[in-house]
Amino acid sequence: MTFSEWAPLLTLGSSLVTGVVIFALPEERRSLRTALNLGGALVKLLLVVAMLWGVFHDREYRFSFELLPGVDFMLRSDSLAMLFVTLSAALWLCTTLYAIGYLEGSPQRSRFFGFFSLCVSSTVGIALAGNLITFVFFYEMLTLSTYPLVVHRGSEKALRAGNLYLAYTLGGGALLLAATVWLYGLLGTVDFTQGGVVETLGHTLSQTHRGVLIAIFFMLIAGFGVKAGLVPLHTWLPIAMVAPAPVSALLHAVAVVKAGAFGIIRVVYDVFGVEFAADLNVLTPLAAVAAFTALYGSLRALAQDELKRRLAFSTVSQVSYIVLGTALFGPLGTIGGAVHLVHQGLMKITLFFCAGNVAETLGLHRVSEMSGVGKRMPWTMSAFTLAAFGMIGLPPTAGFVTKWYLGAGAIAAHMEWALVVLVISSVLNAAYFLPIVYAVWFKPATTQWNEPAVGTRFETDWRLLLPPLVTVLLSLGAGVLAGAEFSPLTWAKLFAVEEYIR
Amino acid sequence: MSAIPLLIVLPLILAALCALIRERWATRVAFVGHVGMLAIVAQLLSDVIERGPLRYAVGDWNAPLGIELYADGLSALMIAMTAVIGAGISVYAADYFRHRGNSQSFWPLWWLLWAAMNAAFLAADVFTIYVTLELIGLAAVGLVILARDAVALGAGLRYLLAALLGSLAYLLGVAILYGAHGTLALADLAARIEPHLSTSLALALMSVGLLIKSALFPLHYWLPPAHGSSLTPVSALLSALVVKASFYLLLRLWTDMFGATIALSAAQLIGIFGAAAIVWGSLAALRARRLKMLVAYSTVAQLGYLFLLFPMITATDTSAATQAWQGGVLYALAHGFAKAAMFLAAGAIVHAWGDDNIDHLEGTSARLPLCLFAFALAGMTLMGLPPSGGFIAKWLLLRSAFESAQWWWIIVLLAGGLMTAFYVFRVVRSAFVPASPSRELNSIPLSMQWAALVLALISVALGLTATVPLALLSVGAPFAELPL
Repeated sequence: MTFSEWAPLLTLGSSLVTGVVIFALPEERRSLRTALNLGGALVKLLLVVAMLWGVFHDREYRFSFELLPGVDFMLRSDSLAMLFVTLSAALWLCTTLYAIGYLEGSPQRSRFFGFFSLCVSSTVGIALAGNLITFVFFYEMLTLSTYPLVVHRGSEKALRAGNLYLAYTLGGGALLLAATVWLYGLLGTVDFTQGGVVETLGHTLSQTHRGVLIAIFFMLIAGFGVKAGLVPLHTWLPIAMVAPAPVSALLHAVAVVKAGAFGIIRVVYDVFGVEFAADLNVLTPLAAVAAFTALYGSLRALAQDELKRRLAFSTVSQVSYIVLGTALFGPLGTIGGAVHLVHQGLMKITLFFCAGNVAETLGLHRVSEMSGVGKRMPWTMSAFTLAAFGMIGLPPTAGFVTKWYLGAGAIAAHMEWALVVLVISSVLNAAYFLPIVYAVWFKPATTQWNEPAVGTRFETDWRLLLPPLVTVLLSLGAGVLAGAEFSPLTWAKLFAVEEYIR
Repeated sequence: MSAIPLLIVLPLILAALCALIRERWATRVAFVGHVGMLAIVAQLLSDVIERGPLRYAVGDWNAPLGIELYADGLSALMIAMTAVIGAGISVYAADYFRHRGNSQSFWPLWWLLWAAMNAAFLAADVFTIYVTLELIGLAAVGLVILARDAVALGAGLRYLLAALLGSLAYLLGVAILYGAHGTLALADLAARIEPHLSTSLALALMSVGLLIKSALFPLHYWLPPAHGSSLTPVSALLSALVVKASFYLLLRLWTDMFGATIALSAAQLIGIFGAAAIVWGSLAALRARRLKMLVAYSTVAQLGYLFLLFPMITATDTSAATQAWQGGVLYALAHGFAKAAMFLAAGAIVHAWGDDNIDHLEGTSARLPLCLFAFALAGMTLMGLPPSGGFIAKWLLLRSAFESAQWWWIIVLLAGGLMTAFYVFRVVRSAFVPASPSRELNSIPLSMQWAALVLALISVALGLTATVPLALLSVGAPFAELPL
């Protein structure tokens, strides 16, 4: 085997093996566990950077073996895969550092970090999956490896959230499997293909099996929509907020929610093909669901006083931008959707890190308690503010880049109503984020904050402070340097070019 | 020298030996015996792969006068499964009985059971099959009553009645066939059999007999108490292996002998019972109060999956039939490993806490992580989630159902997986509740925990290496190669 075969496998293995080793570690081996966690994350990041460089220079990385005659397990690096795998590798490193600080001294850390690593491995598998079967493979693994993280605290509330999470995601998984088998039966392959495997192979099917193909499309979308939090399949998401902060951060930025959105992109572009999907008239309903979700999520977020729940509904709304961009026929919408995969991840993880910092350091969980926090935790709240500006879409943040392309895409696709949705949704974003920003910086503090612990130089543990600062800088960089060669936008454009100009 | 006779003779000798020697020695003999058995099985596998299906005439008397034994890919696979799962259970049993004492009767009965099962997998005539069925039944009942309490005795008695009833029905069917065709050999019968009232009657009687023994709903009533209240290694043997023997025989009869004479409605009926078993078993598992009973009800449900393959192999489409056959056998294999692991893990958890109530499992995740891991991984196979062997099996069964346009089985397969998830996670959820540090725990030897975990890991790894058993299965397969 050559490096081009090893690379995807090693990228997967760097967290999978780490996870298995960590399970075997006794609870008190703290420093070894930390070293393994960070070491694994760094190795993964290096591998991903190496692959990025290679893909940029037209190399292909591919690993495959036969699961069954004619059914392959396949990992492959196309530009969309690289976009997602880079995001997950970078954010895994940040979240690992954060989680080490966050869980300091709490019980069951070997179990936690073991499943944490498995969760990231599943995400990497999803990113690199070269066909729908491999995707389903890791998609279900993600469900199972996330469950122990959601119920980590073992409280009644956490266990109930876990049940709800499983009921939704396993149900979605079953739907997905049925659709995959059905499609495989029709085509004999479900490899992700630029321009769509259905479009390439199934042109005769479009006459004879039109109804079947539409049914399969919506089954796939529903299967992915559960994790992506598309209304009405989103109910589990705010309730799963009982998980520890690093888990919520991971869930909302890279792992679960993003896996669903990523799946929808794959279905539209690489399974059906966007032109074929447009021809089947399935894109408009998808865009409608996404638009409704964007508005509904924002409206619900407005009414939440608990900060994490407000962020959760904000995720529901923001992730549907990705779906919306995907459903807008035309390269501009595609770019907007794909690039938001990264942008939303960077901004949302910052927000969750900051919420966790405030909760962990000062014990604050509600928006109404946060007046004046900016004076006590200026760094954390600066990161929060910048990420919130990004979410609203103020220039020159990453969120602005997204919304620019989405808006242009809506006009290009002659779906001006989507532009209206975008504007209303942005106003709502401002309405639920700006009051927090205002209260934090300009309202006087209502209580006396506890002072930073003796011996710490920063407003909180440095392992909690550094990750949000890094991610917010990355998100700013993605916005300001959007035109640079290695920006997420460049990769999203690369992807759009591959899909439309063949 | 052929490996075939040794597969039956060696365990028989060891059964006799273990009945005579002291308990302490029986465990050591078991260790040596297992190494020997695994070596013989390896020999058989390589013979079958190299030379194709094998025939062996006992005492050099050829059929129809003498008894002939026959090994193709399917029988070799079942024999290998028995050997590997059996080895895992024996490792567990050695420490289990060291704790508990009175293993005196376990080892001889287990060797006898093993010999009888190997004979059933190798039998090439319907009368030898009958003899092996009786032997399996007797050895299994003997193992059940090893627990020596009132519940186990009652369960054993019910089991005995069911086993005898099953054998009797089967024997009647054999008598009818012999009367009509004058031969007992499977191959001869297959050549002579034709659609006729006597054929249908024989088929019905033999099938019902085997269905009682495989505990297909609604003939399952004897299984949950027998599997749930026996000693843990026995539960694992019964649930993972013994029910597979009668399933195997039924599959043999249907594919090799009755073949074309089977009415589609009969196959659909068995499938419907299979679906009912999935629903009933899962609901019972969801309501169960005791951990081992939950696992036993799960067996009733999971056996239902195996019988879904009968309506699919009688479909007219060869490709659909092949995939159903492969999927069904792979499912039997994956279920064997998973169910053995699940029972061993459940038994260890129950023993550790000294409490078998599912709602009293708090602290299991923190204090018995290996056991919980084994339980959950086995559960993953039973749910049919990737990357487990259960997933690949389910994929094949789903493909077959789509190809033969029997969409109702698709719903059953998917809904069954979700129901399995509900009862598996009922246990996992309870295990995640933190316990007070003062909760007392009986220590469980690591060998027992690892035995469960390794079996569970094999059931998962089967999903990534499914091409290996499927290649073996194609040796002497009743269906053509998969046209891909």
